[in-house]
Amino acid sequence: MEPIMAVVIGVIYASAIYMMLRRSIVKLVIGLILISNAANLLIFTVAGMTRDAPPLIPMNGDPLGDVVADPLPQALVLTAIVIAFGVLSFAVVLIRRAYQIVRVDDLDQMKDTDT
Amino acid sequence: MQIAVLTGFVLAILVPLLSRCCGSRTGLVLALYPAAVAFWLVSLAPEVLQSGGIYFEQAWAPSLGLSLSFWLDGLSLLFGLLISGIGTLIIIYASGYLHGHPQLARFYVLILSFMSSMLGVVMADGLMTLFVFWELTSITSYLLIGFNHEDAAARKSALQGLLVTFTGGLALLSGLILLNVVGGSWSLQTLLSDGEALREHALYLPMLLCLLGGAFTKSAQFPFHFWLPNAMAAPTPVSAYLHSATMVKAGIYLMARLQPGLGGTEAWMTILCVVGAITMVVGAFLAIRFTGIKKVLAYSTIMALGTLTMLLGIGGEAAMIAFVTFLAAHSLYKGALFMVAGALDHETGTKDIDEMGGLRRAMPVTALCAFVAALSLGGVIPLFGFVAKELMFEVVLDAPRFTGFLIGMSLLASVLVVAAAGIVALRPFFGALKPTPKEPHEAPLAMLAGPCVLACLSLVLGFMPWLAGGPLLAPAASAVMGAEVVTDLYLWHGINTALMMSMFSLCVGLLVCWRWANVRAVIHRFSPILDRGPEAVYWKLMDLLVRVAEWQTRLLQSGYMRNYLILTLLTFTGLTGYTLLVRHGPEFDITLDVRLQEVVVALVTAASAIMACMMRSRLAAVATAGVMGFGIALIFLLFSAPDLAITQLLIETLTVILLILVLFRMPQFSSLSTPMERARDMLVAVSTGVLMTLLILTVLAQDLFTPISEYMIENSVPLGHGHNIVNVILVDFRALDTLGEIFVLSLAAIGVLAMLRLQAKEKKAP
Amino acid sequence: MKTGTLILTVAAQMLVPLQILFSLFLLLRGHDEPGGGFIAGLVVAGAFALHQFVNGPEATRRLLRVDPRDCIGIGLLLGVGSAFPAWWQGEAFLTAQWWDVLGFKLSTPLIFDIGVYLVVLGSVLTAVITLTEVDKDEA
Repeated sequence: MEPIMAVVIGVIYASAIYMMLRRSIVKLVIGLILISNAANLLIFTVAGMTRDAPPLIPMNGDPLGDVVADPLPQALVLTAIVIAFGVLSFAVVLIRRAYQIVRVDDLDQMKDTDT
Repeated sequence: MQIAVLTGFVLAILVPLLSRCCGSRTGLVLALYPAAVAFWLVSLAPEVLQSGGIYFEQAWAPSLGLSLSFWLDGLSLLFGLLISGIGTLIIIYASGYLHGHPQLARFYVLILSFMSSMLGVVMADGLMTLFVFWELTSITSYLLIGFNHEDAAARKSALQGLLVTFTGGLALLSGLILLNVVGGSWSLQTLLSDGEALREHALYLPMLLCLLGGAFTKSAQFPFHFWLPNAMAAPTPVSAYLHSATMVKAGIYLMARLQPGLGGTEAWMTILCVVGAITMVVGAFLAIRFTGIKKVLAYSTIMALGTLTMLLGIGGEAAMIAFVTFLAAHSLYKGALFMVAGALDHETGTKDIDEMGGLRRAMPVTALCAFVAALSLGGVIPLFGFVAKELMFEVVLDAPRFTGFLIGMSLLASVLVVAAAGIVALRPFFGALKPTPKEPHEAPLAMLAGPCVLACLSLVLGFMPWLAGGPLLAPAASAVMGAEVVTDLYLWHGINTALMMSMFSLCVGLLVCWRWANVRAVIHRFSPILDRGPEAVYWKLMDLLVRVAEWQTRLLQSGYMRNYLILTLLTFTGLTGYTLLVRHGPEFDITLDVRLQEVVVALVTAASAIMACMMRSRLAAVATAGVMGFGIALIFLLFSAPDLAITQLLIETLTVILLILVLFRMPQFSSLSTPMERARDMLVAVSTGVLMTLLILTVLAQDLFTPISEYMIENSVPLGHGHNIVNVILVDFRALDTLGEIFVLSLAAIGVLAMLRLQAKEKKAP
Repeated sequence: MKTGTLILTVAAQMLVPLQILFSLFLLLRGHDEPGGGFIAGLVVAGAFALHQFVNGPEATRRLLRVDPRDCIGIGLLLGVGSAFPAWWQGEAFLTAQWWDVLGFKLSTPLIFDIGVYLVVLGSVLTAVITLTEVDKDEA
């Protein structure tokens, strides 16, 4: 499954970068969403993907099976997802504020600090 | 010990609450903290005397060898007592000086934080503990100098002090790291016990220079002395406390602390003696150049700091005794004089000595305190300052090196200091009464307590120096010396050369004071030269910094976001791709083990990412991005990550809510780029995407090391008492990371709030 | 001021209390089963966001009783505070401590998780509620 995921992640990265290179500021936000998802998937995939073995130890005291999904990247990605949302909300509000002041959504027209 | 140090920070947090319920008595309540610390230190003194020191350690990051460790010996005890004792008086004094000030609570917060940081500096044993507290004193000092933040000059001075001490702080950090490299330990106690190894190491000189860089900037040694007089923009209690009694002595403390390990070498003696002597004379000379009472005091503080450095440089048992005695005497009289200066400023409304005169009738108690303290500053018998000055002269006369130079310099400096003492203590109070902006009257009780206590101490210790000598100064001198020192202080040394020098400086000094106006006129002729001192270099450097920044901004910043991105991405793809393909060689391991539903989910995810780029409407783009998010959630679910799947689903929902709230106030998509630009962007995007795929495939084919999660899986139940390993990692094993992450989240939310709310306020108040 | 449609209003009336309860359930069981502070915080933030869409921001602020900003502060304090109990035991900071209080297992990781819960709740709601309010001011 990992090789397929590698391709999927590559596709998402490419789409994200294409969107971030647009001049419309709203498209930049979409690019931001895509790229953070791509990064999360990347960490998750590179750690190895395991089927039907969540890192939960049975409550009845049974030992875990031999193969368990690695819990560490899961913990990393979990916080990364939430933080990506925090950053996204910051970016979105920043863009909204910038738009209110300059009244353009074209990044090329936002290049000067004092417009 | 950690409680004594850290209580100040806790109290600082509680100040807003306290000031609400205690009102104007907050100062008195807060003064209990330093008073308690002082009593605690006194109660520990016998134990310190007996055992040579008390040690405390709290593991912080044991795996890195870092810990929060404190070490209380004679030197720390002396400094700790000065900090807490004078601190008590200062807080009481400030409650009078800043009475009714709208930001009094903020002042208490800062001064308490400073007090704790300073206690931390002098009691720290770990090098990193020392450094952290050291920088904390710089930061609190910055905030306190700029306390009147609406005054542009105060802000400028604050920044200057911060930049100078932080530059030194960086040097200190390098020095401390070198010390660790050379000595192989983070603990001062361990390091100093083997001074021989430190002194003979090849890195001794760079290490010494770095450490001294930190100490000299902090203690305002020439040529870094210029920030200290400017720091007088702070309220007077701050000047009295930070910029004469405590913070500026942190550098002196550091040198004294390191003396047993690093001292005694050729380099140490040369640098400290020469820099100390020059600082001493420069400070004393500049002191009589100004008429602002605080400036005069500030420069005479620089003189004292120079003297202390010089004594450390000379070395030897007698010098160490002179050092600790001078240190204690200076803190006592200079603290008193600053508080007197504040009282004068507070009651008359001017800081200029030329505008004051004949105030002894209006302010008799203040005048008396000023007189006693100034006698001590001038080194007149029978004050404590005299004892210190005698010891200093004796040491200089016996100096093993540069004897003539040092004698000349110290004689010159003491003449000038006597003049300065006369200027501060005689001029405002004697002579004809001059009209002042405010009708002068005696200062309130809170502002008299401090100078009275300190002046009395100067007097009592002058008659009976052995009171301080045995229990306090001897252990401190032993700690600086690194060996047992017997101290035997007495007032009268008999008629000898030192006494002659003292008398000479007194007579000439008073002459200078009497003819002050003429002397100033002479000095004034040289001011074009004096204005080109180190401070001018500082401003030149600041200008240069701004100009370099402007130049490189013009060079690198085109202002087009796209250009930055393309440049970064092309560099990344080029360099990484080259390394991957040429150096490493493609080495993939493609074995497919897939199920139909997984492939379908993966394809939908990838397809919706591409679709999101092609949509012409905002809603459609957001919706397709959402589909991709749900696809990812499914992938998480299929591959044993239920927590991730739930989180991803919830975040997708909230993202949609957020985007609806914001994006639909923005304009519709429009076609802005030309087909050429699109093709170029697509090329960059696709090449990065391909590189990422290749990178992942390469990583998957490698097995560099075993995952570290074995430990977590095994110990989740026995140590973490939890069955969900992901959660146990988040809240237990790696809780510090999570703590950092929730801070980031909070910051983002506060940023959002600030952007939206400030804007709302702007609208309401046009 | 009612802003939602009838179906949404009715659904929200039933969903919001359920979601809040469910979030507490997720929070407390998070140590053993899927759940925990982050997830529970997101669920409850979603609940309040839904409530806000139906009833308007003022009503949601009333329902919350505390400013979401204060939630962030309290959450951070709990998070930082849970680092210190280990100190009294002479262990490294943030070492988990477990106590048995009246048959319940109380622990610093639990306090920490509650801190995370409050920060997530506070951060998301601060953004969402303020955005809605500012929008309304401008409209």
